[in-house]
Amino acid sequence: MKTFATNTMAVLALAIAGAAVADENSVRLKDGPDAERVRALCSVCHSADYIQMNARFLNRAGWEAEVTKMIKVMGAPISEADAPKIVDYLTRHYGTE
Amino acid sequence: MAGAAQLSRAALPAGALESETLDALPGKERLIKRSFRPPNYETPLSYLNDAITPNNRFFVRWHLADIPTVAADAWRLKIGGNAAAGPLDLTLNQLKTEFEPVELVAVCQCAGNRRGLVEPHVPGVEWANGAVGNARWKGARLKDVLARAGVKKEVVEIAFDGGDKPVLEATPDFVKSIPAWKALDDNTLVAYEMNGEPLPHWNGFPARIVVPGWVATYWVKQVVRIDALLEPLKGYWVNTAYRLPKGKYLSTDRFISQENETTSPITEVDLVSLMTNISDGQQFRAGAPVVVKGIAWDAGYGIRSVEVSIDDGRTWQGAELGTDLGRYSFRTWQFAFTPREKGAVTLTARAMNTQGLVQTERWIANGAGYRNNVAQKIGIRIA
Repeated sequence: MKTFATNTMAVLALAIAGAAVADENSVRLKDGPDAERVRALCSVCHSADYIQMNARFLNRAGWEAEVTKMIKVMGAPISEADAPKIVDYLTRHYGTE
Repeated sequence: MAGAAQLSRAALPAGALESETLDALPGKERLIKRSFRPPNYETPLSYLNDAITPNNRFFVRWHLADIPTVAADAWRLKIGGNAAAGPLDLTLNQLKTEFEPVELVAVCQCAGNRRGLVEPHVPGVEWANGAVGNARWKGARLKDVLARAGVKKEVVEIAFDGGDKPVLEATPDFVKSIPAWKALDDNTLVAYEMNGEPLPHWNGFPARIVVPGWVATYWVKQVVRIDALLEPLKGYWVNTAYRLPKGKYLSTDRFISQENETTSPITEVDLVSLMTNISDGQQFRAGAPVVVKGIAWDAGYGIRSVEVSIDDGRTWQGAELGTDLGRYSFRTWQFAFTPREKGAVTLTARAMNTQGLVQTERWIANGAGYRNNVAQKIGIRIA
């Protein structure tokens, strides 16, 4: 299982590699517990506006399905410990509940 | 009036409306940014007023974030696969000079265009109406390129890989296939020009596959590899993504080798018309003519007519069709009326094609938000 720290290192490396797309730094996720964790892990592969544009019509099950797809299909390096925290954050700030 | 904004931007998810911005990618005009990385940018409706969509206004859609900048001299197109007689490498110059050039006008439309307008909303890139464009494509016939490589008669599918790569090795690479019969169609191209210019980087420089009549998921950008296959291609993007529940829709071109018991791949673009010069809530004056302009397209059967309603769909009047640029092209249209009374008016536009199909009033739901060809409505005010 990967730790949050190693994932963050990977994110930093990718952020440097993908520096050409600077405008995504303007995307602000809502404050809250685990906001930084969500940004760090989801931003490995895509800008955080993917989260914003899919708000606010998914319930907890809907966000859970998205996070599961990212892990199982897209190979996102999200640990079993981190996954429910991400679902909690997305449901609370970008969901219907 | 409740349904007036049904298919205008206002119907997008709240979060999509909040997060959309106008932003210019290098070489592009400002388009509606849906996501920065991978870049997904849609064309504002007002830019679709004309039959041909300029390259710098053409929508941008990528699945994977590692998009290389391709140098024309270094680019090679490799043709192979177990249904090819032998491997073949082509330079861009060879593609341009050693095959008969073909030009055609064709609509390139994302399968998910208008996803953001469906109710209930489904997750994905929340496009409004502008993940579509129409260009004059020039290239070599795919069948000529395949003939050079030599293809066995048992060929089942032709697969395409682009230069784009996933950020993580674990993410499925974006590789797509089409049935051999569609690959051998005279109109299916390996295109190296768009509207008389090299393809923009964001639209697949130096070459992309053009599959007229079929949705853009098959129009692989920055194509670097073409494989002739004796068996159906495997992979997430063909076996799982871009699929529709089987048997729920009017029949279209089938991709039989990729059908399974419950789903079939999306293939053709739908019959759609759009009013492009009027925005929701716009004001007009009683007694002065209102000119409605728009476009219509389908999968290549041809637009027979476009009708406009000024009474929320109760009665319909024919619009005047513009120049015919070919069966795969946008068809422009225009309609004028003079409102006499003040108040709210709901405009609706619907197209009919040569098959006799008319746009639907209700979306047939599917989990991916595909095939939304519900007639567009715009609410205006007469003052």
